[in-house]
Amino acid sequence: MLEVSNLHASVSDTEILKGLSVTVNPGEVHAVMGPNGGGKSTFANILAGRPEYTVDSGTVSYLGEDLIVKTPDVRAKEGIFLAFQYPVELPGVRFWQFMKAAVDAKRKHAGEKELAVREFDDLWKEKAEQVKIAPELISRSVNEGFSGGEKKRAEMLQLAMLEPKLAILDETDSGLDVDALRTVAISVNELRTPERSFIVVTHYQRLLNYLTPDFVHILVDGQIVESGGADLALTVEESGYDRFIKATAS
Amino acid sequence: MTSGPTISRKTELSDSTYKWGFTTDVETDIAPKGISEDIVRLISAKKNEPEWLLEWRLKSLAHWFKMAEAEGEPEWANIKYPQIDFQDMYYYAAPVQAEAPKSLDDVDPEMLEAFEKLGIPLHEREKLAGVAVDAVFDSVSVATTFQDKLEELGVIFCSFTDAVQKHPDLVKKYLGSVVPYSDNFYAALNSAVFSDGSFAYIPPGVHCPIELMTYFRINTEGTGQFERTLIIADKGAYVSYLEGCTAPIRKTSQLHAAVVELVCLDDAEIKYSTLQNWYPGDKNGVGGVYNFVTKRAAARGVNSKISWTQVETGSAITWKYPSVLLQGDNSVGEFYSVALTNNYQQADTGTKMTHIGKNTKSTIVAKGISAGHGQNTYRGQVKIMPSAEGASNYTQCDSLLIGDQCGAHTIPYIEVGNPTAHMEHEASTSKVSDDQLFYCLQRGMSEEDAHHMIITGWSREVFKELPFEFAMEAGQLLKVSLEGAVG
Repeated sequence: MLEVSNLHASVSDTEILKGLSVTVNPGEVHAVMGPNGGGKSTFANILAGRPEYTVDSGTVSYLGEDLIVKTPDVRAKEGIFLAFQYPVELPGVRFWQFMKAAVDAKRKHAGEKELAVREFDDLWKEKAEQVKIAPELISRSVNEGFSGGEKKRAEMLQLAMLEPKLAILDETDSGLDVDALRTVAISVNELRTPERSFIVVTHYQRLLNYLTPDFVHILVDGQIVESGGADLALTVEESGYDRFIKATAS
Repeated sequence: MTSGPTISRKTELSDSTYKWGFTTDVETDIAPKGISEDIVRLISAKKNEPEWLLEWRLKSLAHWFKMAEAEGEPEWANIKYPQIDFQDMYYYAAPVQAEAPKSLDDVDPEMLEAFEKLGIPLHEREKLAGVAVDAVFDSVSVATTFQDKLEELGVIFCSFTDAVQKHPDLVKKYLGSVVPYSDNFYAALNSAVFSDGSFAYIPPGVHCPIELMTYFRINTEGTGQFERTLIIADKGAYVSYLEGCTAPIRKTSQLHAAVVELVCLDDAEIKYSTLQNWYPGDKNGVGGVYNFVTKRAAARGVNSKISWTQVETGSAITWKYPSVLLQGDNSVGEFYSVALTNNYQQADTGTKMTHIGKNTKSTIVAKGISAGHGQNTYRGQVKIMPSAEGASNYTQCDSLLIGDQCGAHTIPYIEVGNPTAHMEHEASTSKVSDDQLFYCLQRGMSEEDAHHMIITGWSREVFKELPFEFAMEAGQLLKVSLEGAVG
């Protein structure tokens, strides 16, 4: 599904990713862990096509096509979803309006008809139930005045509604208390399917208590320094990132 | 938000001369360029006006001449334009048919595309494009459908010219009572040469069950447009009035100097909504309408309420301050505005809330969107007179900038003459942030749709004051007006 090969990328002329390679197959959950400044968020944003991030060299192939040349909206419409670390407030834009536009954009891209208002309402209710979020959210402005937990759950609702092929969670656990974390993790588990892949970017292991990854990658100084199974995350939990950092330094 | 049926009438500003019976003698339809006592007499005679109205026009003209000589056009507004030659303009004219395009095939395709996007019906497009066709508007039949109902209730809704003939007492009593001819340069000019406009009277205790609408359009090239609107809500009456404006594309600039007067008696309410989409000029700022308008309402009675809502996307220059004189005790004045300037458009707009009665209350929500080289100025005055015990005002001015060539300016004037007054003023300036944009893009929206969504959301506080269909149209107008500014 996704093949990243020797990826170098920078933000305002500072090289952040220095030769990152990873392969994600359908249905797999990959956790990308690492210390702050290691390039985790850069990786997530590069995949989504954030304009401030530049790819310097290397290749990213998604569903057999070059991803780098595609604009962010096309990537989204072709099934890449980024759950934001800091979901953005859109004052005055009602959630239903935002989501209707998003769902319809994707459907149109796939050659399908836009949803009728009633169909959209049904979809919204079904998915809100799935991720345990109050359906009343629909009439509020996007993320405006939402609590930290509400914002993250709203991201999960968007994920559920847009049914991506590849979902990228950028530090979704940051700023959440244990209960909120559990709710979010449970909804991610709900949304796992044999076809849908996840890249879960996180600093802490705690999210992985609820969400068992197939692979764990440790990203330090722009490179994956070690990959392993779910147990690798537990090693990090015990001994921190120090030994990985030393490994790169030497 | 109100909804329900709308009654509308269309005022073909210059073409209206055709309708009022001058079609037989083409020669006399076109008066020479320039403004003079003779022209004013001619206009008045053509309209078969009573003597008092002619005298009022002549007094206005004399005053305007005096002002023109003493200081000329007002220059205090934050707008720039070449000096207007008032003698090089028609004040009474029929359209020059020969110059009009013969069919839609002759019309600029860019313009047709714009109509398409606005969802304007085909025959309407022809009219807007200045094609000389005889079309019966849908709205005319709408008007007749509801006319019976209105008559039954005693509601008068007609052209200003008709009102002068059929209801001279009402016109005489209220004309100039809110905006005296001596008020300002353009009000004086309008009072002397006004062509036509709308008149509405809602009798005591009547809640007008449908929205009244006038659709203004400038058709003739090189013609100044001076319409006059007068609306009176008698005791305990209610009316929602809508005003739509469009103008065809012209290479030269056109002057539009209208006067609108609203009068609200005890316990009455007038809700006045405007969608202003006069031709804004082209991408380089050539052509476009100079929209110099005086709009004022008198909340004369106790517990009366006036609400102005405007969405201004058109005109090369807008100079407009819909105001409320809060005379009656407990009267309420509201002003909700979205003004957009793109390319080389300039807008100096805002409101004046003058608190005279006790416990009067006013609310101002003014939003300015600047894009391209657009310049947007909010100018608002809140004045609390010594008599206005317990008055309160809330003002909110928000500016949104798109790109780095445009400008937003906020100029509030606050005068408090009574220590019991309660004043609040908030102002903000913002941009559509990269984060907001990327968030929308990541959800699959195009850059243009994303901008439109963010900007419409930002304008929502004002849009929600508009009747439903008008709010939809306003959203479309913003979208069309911003094309080329984003993405």
